[in-house]
Amino acid sequence: MPGAAGTKLEVDSLSFFYGKTRALKDVTFNIPERRITAIIGPSGCGKTTLLRVFNRMYDLVPGARAQGTVLMDGNDIVTTTKLLDLRQKVGMVFQRPSPFPMSIRDNVAFGPRLLGWNKTRVKELVRSSLEAAALWDEVSDRLDEPATSLSGGQQQRLVIARCLAVSPEVILMDEPCSALDPVATLKIEDLMVQLARDYTIVIVTHNMQQAARVSDFTAFMLMNPEGRHGELIEFAPTADLFNAPRDPRTEAYITGRFG
Amino acid sequence: MAAAVDRIRRPASIPRPPDRYRSLIAVVSWAAPAALILIVGVLFQQAWPSVTRFGLGFFIGSEWNQVTDHFAALPFIFGTVVTSAIALAFALPVGIAVAVLLAEPGAQGVRGALGTGIELLAAIPSVVYGIWALYVLAPWTLLHIEIPITDHFGSIPFLGGIPRQTSLFTAALVLAVMILPTLSAVSRDVIRAVPRGLRESTFALGATWWETTWKVVLPAARAGLFGATVLALGRALAETVAVAMVIGNRPEIPSSIFSPGYTLAAVIANEFAEATGDVYQGALVELGLVLILVTLTVNVLALLLVRSASARPAV
Ligand SMILES: Nc1ncnc2c1ncn2[C@@H]1O[C@H](COP(=O)(O)OP(=O)(O)OP(=O)(O)O)[C@@H](O)[C@H]1O
Ligand SMILES: [Mg+2]
Repeated sequence: MPGAAGTKLEVDSLSFFYGKTRALKDVTFNIPERRITAIIGPSGCGKTTLLRVFNRMYDLVPGARAQGTVLMDGNDIVTTTKLLDLRQKVGMVFQRPSPFPMSIRDNVAFGPRLLGWNKTRVKELVRSSLEAAALWDEVSDRLDEPATSLSGGQQQRLVIARCLAVSPEVILMDEPCSALDPVATLKIEDLMVQLARDYTIVIVTHNMQQAARVSDFTAFMLMNPEGRHGELIEFAPTADLFNAPRDPRTEAYITGRFG
Repeated sequence: MAAAVDRIRRPASIPRPPDRYRSLIAVVSWAAPAALILIVGVLFQQAWPSVTRFGLGFFIGSEWNQVTDHFAALPFIFGTVVTSAIALAFALPVGIAVAVLLAEPGAQGVRGALGTGIELLAAIPSVVYGIWALYVLAPWTLLHIEIPITDHFGSIPFLGGIPRQTSLFTAALVLAVMILPTLSAVSRDVIRAVPRGLRESTFALGATWWETTWKVVLPAARAGLFGATVLALGRALAETVAVAMVIGNRPEIPSSIFSPGYTLAAVIANEFAEATGDVYQGALVELGLVLILVTLTVNVLALLLVRSASARPAV
């Protein structure tokens, strides 16, 4: 399934610091375009930190700083000053569903309205985004109800629709299913596979079965016991990583002898 | 069999607090309304001479004359409501802006100083506010706000007339400063309580700091901000000493907010000690009842507003 794919994000010697503490060291790998890349590893190894470099979310944390480069279509994400452009191209779905305190429709229209897109376009986008997020059938007759009236799984799909509405190229997901029940989780997984036709998806997950089920490529990270910073141990097509890991540490982790 | 019955019965007895604790709670929870009823009862008794003499006319009349023994509440209701409303109009934007800054992560130094400064405002006694207002605020306001406005916009109702140092407007400004600490401290906590994920998701969509604050954070905190406002308003309506010192103490409905007026709380405090005769005293006590009524009305209106606000798609 992975097959040949272009590179969407080129991560090169990326290091990350929270103030003086190093959280990532020399992470280098290429995230392929229109594929699902999973990032796995034990708690605290820097998965979230890595993900938040890709849309510069870490700018919100005082004292946080990245070193190295992350090229997206040739432009460096780490040094760009066009944050709004970047975040339009790189959307993010968080662990806990975070519907805005407004109607379902307004949630989806939020991003497009920020970008000043015209009304007809926004209206079309509300529908097409909800359809793409496999939520349209469930909410088409209640678009004006508050988004908080949806179930957790629906809220998470709404957040995905909200993300899709600004036509991103990359979607980052940080444990998007960890607050959901198994049925809702499967729905989101199906959705991810659907979306990977058009979008580059990077997902952080604690659930190795999930990584094995949905992703095309997997990155395994681990905290360096001496430096206490996160490192990339192995990056490979998912099937290879799970069936024939090259690094003994990867094998230890996926066979459950670890972390 | 007996065991089976036991097993069925046991879950039915939901764990309850001990009886003694429950009766204590019952006593305490009844004490508050009982005290209120008692107070209102006593006030009514004291106000009786005035209540029987003026009837409902007390609410619509605007004469306050100790010589002819004619008393009515409208000028004071007007003064109370108008000063509090103007105070809120000034304090609300400033208070919320301050709260937004205080709730912001990072830049501890500046925010710490600002936060402490604002909290210190709450520690200043009313009387001291009154003195400051009389000597500093009132002359400044007259020169830099009241005179320019009456000069340029005098034709607009309630903005004309001959401006005075002691006026409804000056009183409203003092009130605004006095309610600012409550407003910003409570609002800050409410804004801090907005889930971090909500802010981050907004930023992640490419929103600026302004858009995030204005379109997501504040709407998410709306109900709590409303609570803070009502709390502050309650304080403004009941404030006595500082207002009495700068409002000019004239029992009439002025044609301009830059003219002297009077509030319910201020007139009671000023005149009660010297009130002679049953009717005069009764009238002052009745003003106390009116103050309770005004405060209750404002609270109920606020409650209704919150209800209708949360009925809309929100939070
Ligand atoms: N805002 C922050 N300030 C300081 N240190 C942080 C911050 N966020 C994370 N860290 C540190 O960076 C390291 C990596 O954290 P990160 O959240 O990226 O781990 P993670 O792999 O996502 O863990 P989990 O699986 O538990 O979510 C941890 O040691 C953590 O303590
Ligand atoms: Mg994490």
